[in-house]
Amino acid sequence: MDELEHTSYESVEEENRPISNARLAVLVLLGAEIMFFAGLIGTFLVFRFGSVTWPPPSQADVRLPIGVTGLNTIVLLLSGYTMFQGLRAIRQDRQKELKNWLFATGLLGVIFLVVQGSEWVRLVHHGFTLSSGVYGSVFYVLIGCHALHVLVAVLWLLAVFARAIAGRFSVDHYVGVEVCAIYWAFVVVLWPLLYILVYLI
Amino acid sequence: MNDHAHESHDHHHEESFVRKYLFSLDHKMIGKQFLIFGLVMFMVGGGLALLFRWQLAWPDKPLPIIGVSKEYMEEGEVTTAADRKWEERFDDDKETWIEVNMPSGVIDPAFYNSLFTMHATIMVFFVVVPLLVGAFGNFLIPLMIGTRDMAFPVLNMLSFWFNMLGGIIMMAGFFVPGGHAAAGWTGYAPLSSVPELSGVDWGQNLWCISLIVMGISSLMGSINYITTIINMRAPGMTWFRLPLAIWALFIVAILLLLAFPVVASALALILFDRMAGTSFFLAEGGGDSLLWQHLFWFFAHPEVYILILPGMGMASEMLPVFARKPIFGYKSMVFAMIAIAFLSWIVWGHHMFQSGMNPALGAAFMTTTMLIAVPSAIKTFNWLGTLHRASIRFTVPMLNTLAFVSMFVIGGLSGIYMANSPVDIYIHDTYYIVAHIHYVVFGGSVFAIFGGIFYWFPKMFGRHMNATLGKIHFWISFLAFNGVFFPMHILGVGGHMRRIANPMQYEFLQHMQWINVFITVCAFILGVAQFLLLFNVFWSIFRGKVAEQNPWQATTLEWYAPTPVPHGNFGAIPQVYHGPYEYSVPGADKDWTPQTEPNGESPHGEPIPAGATAD
Repeated sequence: MDELEHTSYESVEEENRPISNARLAVLVLLGAEIMFFAGLIGTFLVFRFGSVTWPPPSQADVRLPIGVTGLNTIVLLLSGYTMFQGLRAIRQDRQKELKNWLFATGLLGVIFLVVQGSEWVRLVHHGFTLSSGVYGSVFYVLIGCHALHVLVAVLWLLAVFARAIAGRFSVDHYVGVEVCAIYWAFVVVLWPLLYILVYLI
Repeated sequence: MNDHAHESHDHHHEESFVRKYLFSLDHKMIGKQFLIFGLVMFMVGGGLALLFRWQLAWPDKPLPIIGVSKEYMEEGEVTTAADRKWEERFDDDKETWIEVNMPSGVIDPAFYNSLFTMHATIMVFFVVVPLLVGAFGNFLIPLMIGTRDMAFPVLNMLSFWFNMLGGIIMMAGFFVPGGHAAAGWTGYAPLSSVPELSGVDWGQNLWCISLIVMGISSLMGSINYITTIINMRAPGMTWFRLPLAIWALFIVAILLLLAFPVVASALALILFDRMAGTSFFLAEGGGDSLLWQHLFWFFAHPEVYILILPGMGMASEMLPVFARKPIFGYKSMVFAMIAIAFLSWIVWGHHMFQSGMNPALGAAFMTTTMLIAVPSAIKTFNWLGTLHRASIRFTVPMLNTLAFVSMFVIGGLSGIYMANSPVDIYIHDTYYIVAHIHYVVFGGSVFAIFGGIFYWFPKMFGRHMNATLGKIHFWISFLAFNGVFFPMHILGVGGHMRRIANPMQYEFLQHMQWINVFITVCAFILGVAQFLLLFNVFWSIFRGKVAEQNPWQATTLEWYAPTPVPHGNFGAIPQVYHGPYEYSVPGADKDWTPQTEPNGESPHGEPIPAGATAD
């Protein structure tokens, strides 16, 4: 009778949870991330649609690298696919494949960052910098904040990759992969939006 | 991280001092850390207020103690080693910190700007949020929902230490060349974004950095709160059996989670403007200083509800206990809080009626703002309904809670005036606004904090606070509070601008100067009275009357836990059978029915079978 009234903590916790703590926490974190970018994107929209000409007349000669960045967008989208495949692999307990997919994902993420960085170097050489009026300010800060998030995601992935090599994941225990994949998905999905807003329109 | 909590409560070994008191993972200790942190900052923030109150009452007169001590130092009578060391830090100009900011004991106008900026910043970000959300959130959530600890204890500890780091960075700003941030707690651009305009250099940078660090701290806290409340409630603790304090903290955690990142991004833009040459808020580069106001108030209006909602929740805990009646309209209380939280996102424009806003847009913001009166009134009438024909026990927590309810009503009513954009044109940026915000945040939140400290102290420290001292503290605080802030309404309608260092410079304000003197006298009484609270807290931790398990005869789960609460909180996790406010149930043998009592009845009257886990 006493057991009926006072269910032990450990059993309660498992049966009453539709979603584990770690997954929930990452989703909650994404809520904050979305609001962070909402602030920055809102700033961009205020300037973009608040000005008669865009880019502003003083920056009219600036040409953003639409083509290269477009290819880069595909690279990042591809990394989203490989991450998903990695998650599927561990769900079916294919540990070796998990390692391969994680490696591919990280590689694509690094390629994305390197291409972004080299394009930035080129733009800066053309004289387009943070202090090039509001056009330069909003471009570098908004795109830079995304790049920073990709960097964090790559570092997180590195940690997950190291644990995958050590064989720490299995079909019953892959929360570590999953939360990283959720975050990775956020970084990937956000990018096309930024690309369309900042580069195309 | 999750596993750690379970393992550590199994073996009851003595923890080291560092593990137990500094880098503790126990939600109760982290809550107490926030409590001490908040109380200390409360005294600091109040001290700043007293400094500028002196200047407002007796402009350009030397301060009492500092003014005198300077005389002594000139006469060379008290030049101790400490004084010499202090002076060596300012070798460049051979001036002490006091001489820079308060030459001859008189507050420098630039320092005055720092004072009111930092008073508000400290009170909002380092006192009310750490106390309400940090201290009570941490202490109460696991206890009231019936679990052993937060979902992520390490994150919880980091949340406190980021909070501490933010506090240290903020306090460091007082001692950098150029003085501390002086653009007001709202940090309006371009005053905040161009160093030349305010003359403040690193002070403003540190202000931004500190608030971003605080943002990280509350992000970690809110992730923890949301996860814990969703996932770790005791069996039977359905959503509508949650105590209202937990509902309030849950809603506040969501607001904090979603609001703070917006201001974090805006603060980052300010930092870029100041340090990297961007021109987000600079018109000459195509930027827009109004953008800051939008981003800031989009955050700061939810923020003011972050400041009041936990107070509402805590008041809803204490009222039924001391009225010995169920709370009136439990579900409407929950939905009112949800409505307030939702509306808080679409009212930020009412801070900007005077910023050149399209009147049509102003009318829209006016309407949404007025709508907030509806859920606020629901809550107020429910509190009154709870008190109606109750056998009220006038304990110290109850007195403070009643002060909360009545002062919140005054603050809420004055809010209706400034929500009207035509009226706001007249009272904008006057002391009327100052009176309003203090009636809500001091009269509301801080009295709820006073009440909460008294109410949960027996569970926190296993001892009672001294009730006589508590009553003295309450009455002095309550009377002095009204003496300070009520006349500000009159000053404001009389046209007294806020944030001016010397009202005597304006002829039309001179006839009201006696009100400023009266306010300052009351402010000093109010300030001194807080030492009673501080003394009562620290004395009672060691010397207070030992408390039993459930001294207030309350129903919620934290009183089911043994006193003092052990690591892991509960012997066995309780099973919940009731809503949280089952007082004076007809036919029951005592006038409170704990949530854990099996053979009672549900609020609807039908018996609940033992072992039922959901409604």
